[in-house]
Amino acid sequence: MPRRHPVLAFLRNTWRGLTSMRTALMLLFLLALAALPGALLPQYSLNPGLVDQYYDDYPWLAPVLDALGFFEVFASPWFAAIYLLLFISLVGCVVPRTGEYVRQLRGVPVATPRNLARLPHHTRATVDHTAADTISSARRRLRRWRVAERTEPGGVRTLSAERGYAREAGNLVFHFALLGLLVSFAIGTVFGYEGQRIVLADGSQFCNSGPFAYDSFTPGTMVDGTGLAPFCVRINDFEPTYLPSGQPTQYRADIDYQGSDDLASGQWHPYQLAVNEPLRLDGARVYLLGHGYAPEFTVTFPSGQQRTGVVQWRPVNLATLLSEGATTFDPPGVTDPAHLRERQLAITGLFAPTAAFRGEMLTSAFPQPFAPAVAIDVLKGNLGINSGRGQSIFEVDGSMVESGQLQRVARENLRLGEQLRLDDGTVVRFDGVTPWVSLQVSHDPAQLWVLTFALLVLGGLGLSLSVKRRRFWVRATPPGPDDPDGLTVVELGGLARTEAAGYGEEFDRIAADLVPTGTAARLATVGTSGDTSGRKDGE
Amino acid sequence: MPVDPVLAFYGDLAFYTALVVYLSAMVLHAIEYAAGRGETSAAQPVAVACAGGGGLGALTRPAEPPARAPRSRSERAGRVAVLLTGLGAAVQGASLLLRGLAAGRVPWGNMYEFTSAICLVAVVAWLVVLTRQRSGAPGLRRLGIFVLLPVVILLFLAGTVLYAEAAPLIPALNSYWIAIHVSAASIASGILLVAGVASALYLVRIRSEARPPARSRIAARLPGSTVLDRLAYRTTVVAFPIWTFGVITGAIWAEAAWGRYWGWDPKETVALVAWVVYACYLHARATAGWRGARSAWINILGFGVMVFNLFFVNIVIAGLHSYAGL
Repeated sequence: MPRRHPVLAFLRNTWRGLTSMRTALMLLFLLALAALPGALLPQYSLNPGLVDQYYDDYPWLAPVLDALGFFEVFASPWFAAIYLLLFISLVGCVVPRTGEYVRQLRGVPVATPRNLARLPHHTRATVDHTAADTISSARRRLRRWRVAERTEPGGVRTLSAERGYAREAGNLVFHFALLGLLVSFAIGTVFGYEGQRIVLADGSQFCNSGPFAYDSFTPGTMVDGTGLAPFCVRINDFEPTYLPSGQPTQYRADIDYQGSDDLASGQWHPYQLAVNEPLRLDGARVYLLGHGYAPEFTVTFPSGQQRTGVVQWRPVNLATLLSEGATTFDPPGVTDPAHLRERQLAITGLFAPTAAFRGEMLTSAFPQPFAPAVAIDVLKGNLGINSGRGQSIFEVDGSMVESGQLQRVARENLRLGEQLRLDDGTVVRFDGVTPWVSLQVSHDPAQLWVLTFALLVLGGLGLSLSVKRRRFWVRATPPGPDDPDGLTVVELGGLARTEAAGYGEEFDRIAADLVPTGTAARLATVGTSGDTSGRKDGE
Repeated sequence: MPVDPVLAFYGDLAFYTALVVYLSAMVLHAIEYAAGRGETSAAQPVAVACAGGGGLGALTRPAEPPARAPRSRSERAGRVAVLLTGLGAAVQGASLLLRGLAAGRVPWGNMYEFTSAICLVAVVAWLVVLTRQRSGAPGLRRLGIFVLLPVVILLFLAGTVLYAEAAPLIPALNSYWIAIHVSAASIASGILLVAGVASALYLVRIRSEARPPARSRIAARLPGSTVLDRLAYRTTVVAFPIWTFGVITGAIWAEAAWGRYWGWDPKETVALVAWVVYACYLHARATAGWRGARSAWINILGFGVMVFNLFFVNIVIAGLHSYAGL
């Protein structure tokens, strides 16, 4: 054999090393190890707030971990490197095995070993049939096996049988399906999107018209936000049910929806949106993820003009739905921006659906709005909305308060219907409560493929772990010319090619069928068939 | 649906009764183990055959069946221990049934019930292993004490630290998938507990087989290493597809409940890690140089990840699976 180019030899050796079982095992270990920090450390994708918390707790460690991608493990290059290498290794292992398997399917069962007595399962008997009869009855008994008949010198007839090819088929299906699963997962991530939006449950609508319709929107890399399925939902009402202990038992929103087909006719269809019961519409899914309350405030300005504000406040206690937020107002009739900046109003503080006061401290006793109350600060001045900084709708810009541009002008606890009067004559009244729901819209074009491949993974796994690959051999030796009895010697041998023990019983059954009970007395059993217990041929 | 406090009370009573019955079974197993001195000499050749033959010789059946002789005290203690284990399983099953009836739902809705269900599966799996084993593996019954030990510890934790009053499900859990996903997870976990015990004892056993028998009296009374290795493998092979099914149904449920089928929630991640570790175990057994002790270590690691996933992830790490009534 001519000497190969060293680079080619290196590549070939690398490939062999990568596709070896030992390497695959190492990569599997690495995969398990590398996934663990994704569960143990806070992740940006799951809860960015916890990452911030980690920065506060470990200010020297967090930046290092962050730079190394430990807060975004499943998007990190090192995690991708491990699973890509693993899947390359898998391909390098499974493709040649598929070729080998196809060759085996086309081929015939291997020839009968010379000495069947050395096999883990073996029986020897003499019968008064001819060798040909013995072989044909064995063929009938082994109907569902792959068989091959051969002859040996001296009129000796043999039958080789093999069964359990589905094991390797299952094994190959399992590994290819894993590959398909990974690819579908990737396609779904690239072409899918996810968006969240809070909608008031008072007949407000939400339409999936583009990223701007969402409070937050996470597109896949190939999603530009155009061409989203154009459906709309309308939230009529939200009805949670609770135990007296305050434990929720059911969240259910009464909604109407319009699919893309209904946009022309304007027809609405009713639906009960609940946790565990998403609305599936035009390839997208609408989920009910959370809920809360929007307190309603009416401000009567000194001019007599009224403004009403209903803005969602966010729960700070998920069990009692004590909430915090900020509802803001622009004074009516003021167009000059300089004037406006002195007279904007903000109502911030706490909202309790069922108020329980500890002294002046407002807490909530129950998540349903049985006795709503608010503990509010009224701020007046410049809200900083035009400052260009990002604003949260749940709080006022703290820097405006610090710089004195926004000043507190009142602090009061109000029950439903109560009001307070500012020095300039403005009246703030707490008028009502509207529930809101937070919706998530998800689109993943490949998730049916993921399911299909997952089921193939399961099916392949079941086949490869439950089916036994096993071999059975018959050798029928006709009586020699000087044999006084004229009996045929039948030898049976069996070998399980896989680890799963228990072939012994099946072998014994087949052997008993092949050697009729009448001749059983003359059975010259050489070795009992014990369990193979982990023995595989070729080891 | 309101909770029936009477049924819930009897459910809890049955739970503690089962715990006491298991403890009694352990005591009897211990008597069997301690009194088994006379039989060790009979078991000894088997052990030697294992160490020497490394395979086929291990399952050589004892020359004369011991059943002919009058039953020794250890034999009787062992038999009663198995009976008690069965009784304990029945009482524990009744406890879960009453829990379910009391709350009008499947009885694995919080960590107390889930841990109890895992233990019940482990005990039932162990009894199935025992009944399927005829005379083939002498001394297998003595493993009972080592299977019951983690079961009793887990049940104690369930009854004390994790205990939760019977209550209806929270909305996120209120789905028919809880019957499918959680039962698959608990069945797989229970069987893998037996596998983990078998692998741990395998490691103990091969160390004693390498040493003079006088130095390891306890290990010398264990079944042969081949028997233990095969028990670990066969239980894992049964549990692994069930675990796979559990992870897949979990993903299907997550798609309906949380808006995505896979979101790297800590519970999902660690479930996948456990799956990968068990996949390692199955591959290791087909890799030269990794059979035997290394495979056994991987199997134990796998069960360690399962326990970590059950307790640490649910209780310490904030994730979507962190309901538990804690």
